[in-house]
Amino acid sequence: MSDTIISVQNLSKRYLLGHQSAPPHSTLREVIVRESGNFIRNAFDLFRGRQIIQGDEVEEFWALKNINFDVKRGEVIGIIGRNGAGKSTLLKILSRITEPTEGRVTLRGRVASLLEVGTGFHAELTGRENIFLNGAILGMTQQEVRRKFDEIVAFAEVERFLDTPVKRYSSGMYVRLAFAVAAHLEPEILIVDEVLAVGDADFQKKCLGKMGDVAHDEGRTVLFVSHNIAAIGELTDRALLLESGSVAAIGETSQVISSYVSRGRAAAAYVRPVENAARGPHISRAEIVTSDLNGVHQFGEAMEVKFWIRHDAPMAKACFSFQIINQFQQATVHAWALYPAVRFGNQEGVSLLRCKFPSLRLNIGQFYLRANLSEPPGGDLYETLDGICPFEVIQTEAARLWPWHPSDCAYHEHWDWTLEPSTAQSKVG
Amino acid sequence: MHDFNRRSDEIQADKQMMQETIIIEPGRSDRHYWLELWHYRELLRVLAWRDLSVRYKQTIIGISWGLIRPFLTMVVFTAIFGRLAKLPSDGAAPYALMVFAGLLPWTFFSTGWAEASNSLVSNANLISKVYFPRLIVPAASLAVAFVDFMISFFLLIAMMFWYHFSPGWKIILLPIFLFLGVLASLGPSLLITALNVKYRDFRFVIPFIVQFGLYVSPVGFSSSIVPEQWRLLYSINPMVGVIDGFRWCILNGQSQLYLPGLALSFCVAVLLLWIGIDRFRKMEKSFADLI
Repeated sequence: MSDTIISVQNLSKRYLLGHQSAPPHSTLREVIVRESGNFIRNAFDLFRGRQIIQGDEVEEFWALKNINFDVKRGEVIGIIGRNGAGKSTLLKILSRITEPTEGRVTLRGRVASLLEVGTGFHAELTGRENIFLNGAILGMTQQEVRRKFDEIVAFAEVERFLDTPVKRYSSGMYVRLAFAVAAHLEPEILIVDEVLAVGDADFQKKCLGKMGDVAHDEGRTVLFVSHNIAAIGELTDRALLLESGSVAAIGETSQVISSYVSRGRAAAAYVRPVENAARGPHISRAEIVTSDLNGVHQFGEAMEVKFWIRHDAPMAKACFSFQIINQFQQATVHAWALYPAVRFGNQEGVSLLRCKFPSLRLNIGQFYLRANLSEPPGGDLYETLDGICPFEVIQTEAARLWPWHPSDCAYHEHWDWTLEPSTAQSKVG
Repeated sequence: MHDFNRRSDEIQADKQMMQETIIIEPGRSDRHYWLELWHYRELLRVLAWRDLSVRYKQTIIGISWGLIRPFLTMVVFTAIFGRLAKLPSDGAAPYALMVFAGLLPWTFFSTGWAEASNSLVSNANLISKVYFPRLIVPAASLAVAFVDFMISFFLLIAMMFWYHFSPGWKIILLPIFLFLGVLASLGPSLLITALNVKYRDFRFVIPFIVQFGLYVSPVGFSSSIVPEQWRLLYSINPMVGVIDGFRWCILNGQSQLYLPGLALSFCVAVLLLWIGIDRFRKMEKSFADLI
């Protein structure tokens, strides 16, 4: 008997969209004609038992088209794709919430889905009551919930507020409680849809840690949708890339991630908008040459940053510096080209300054640049450009040994450990 | 590792579910539906409990509200139909008691049906995010109506003491008519709630039907005033059979039971139940898309 626990064959899902036609001049006659046409169409649909669509025209929209894949027992699969690719629709079909239009899915295990945190939470009930309510809705028996009650409360850290109605909770407490209940589900197949991006950084780390336990330690089959590429890389073995309703790539996670990041993302570059023309010296263009395409850089690889500086008159003693700023608004790197060590701008025209980093050891996360063009310290500031050239640092291999998180540290320095032999204990005199 | 604390029969049932393959295909009806309904029976209790808890949060007299409404209705009906219109009661039973005996099943039906009609739409957040057999949602509304029924039943007992009226042996048969009442309520509830998801017009129709039904059904008056030749036709309304049955049980033989009418009401109730379940199951798959 095969080990396949989920088998998806030729799955397709179609929705019907209504459109309002917008005629330029609507005479009363046109309105009447249009509305009676709609009414007749709706009446026919009613007769045939079809869905009634509001609008003048009806268009078919295929959210999923011919999806094929298999999942083996115990695998952890990541599903990635841009917004609107069909990820949530696929999960809804796998969770039996909606029916496919074509195709077939075979499930050989009990499924529990986490499509939203706090499903079924009622604002008037207390935290305690909502734990039981939410647990029952997600498919846990009351006995199971009672057994895990203390664990759930400890995970959510809301012990003091258990008997207060949930409408009085802060939004952070609300999501912590909601996730805590969901995190203690024990199904054979677990389907999780982008719900880990809630709460503060500490809690996100805790959620990811719990997901990691579920995936690796408990040996469940997990389907995991997320926009957090670092989390996908860390938790999953295989991944599926969806694009406009079809499978664009499927296979080993790091390969699928490379495929994803290289599609349609903007390069880490800045071009000065035409309307921002300045009189004096200014930065006309900036570009980062990253290790991968489209603004993604692998940790530890060489990186080059290029700046084009335009000056219509010779600059005396020009100085240039830039900072690399992380998602926490901290400047992690500060590089400068100061006069007289670096001389540029002696003649009018464009100077190209290139800054090379032999090995960029910034921690994973999102970064951007802030560049300054000025006279020597103490003099005039010609220009500051902030928030340009967004790029991302990723790390797919070493993250498996230790899960990296952007908030862990700003930078991974080189270090060297040695062990001193222990000296003999001196007797207490 | 986690199985130690679970009962062996729970593990057995789960193993059974584990080995069963579920196939999802367009238009395929679920062979396991009724097994799943049993598996999710706790959710029915939890949803009913939620609706009841929420109803009385931040209230002062709380549960008493469940008693005031039927009581006042009974007072008004007794005054209008009994005193002003001087309609005859069943046998020698007090008019108020006769009205209340009919009001009990009618209130169960009308509140259950009205709540159930909007139950799917008001639980839209559950329908679109979690899987469970959707039949549980209207069933939970009926469960809440049943709790109200039990509360009103105590009021009935209090009234019997007040009138020094003893019910006799037939009251033991009351659960049979209660079961008939549940059948008569479940069918229309399923039908109307499924239709309401697709065509929201029904939201406006329901209060009107309930009002209409209150006067057409023998709540404020006894069905014995209906002329003989119309009695059978009158019993097409399934609540006629239920209400007559309730009166027969409670009023200790003061009320006569019209058997052909009862049989017809029963058949109509079963027919509506069959239609209701059929329509509901067919529409169930598309709820999440329409809601």
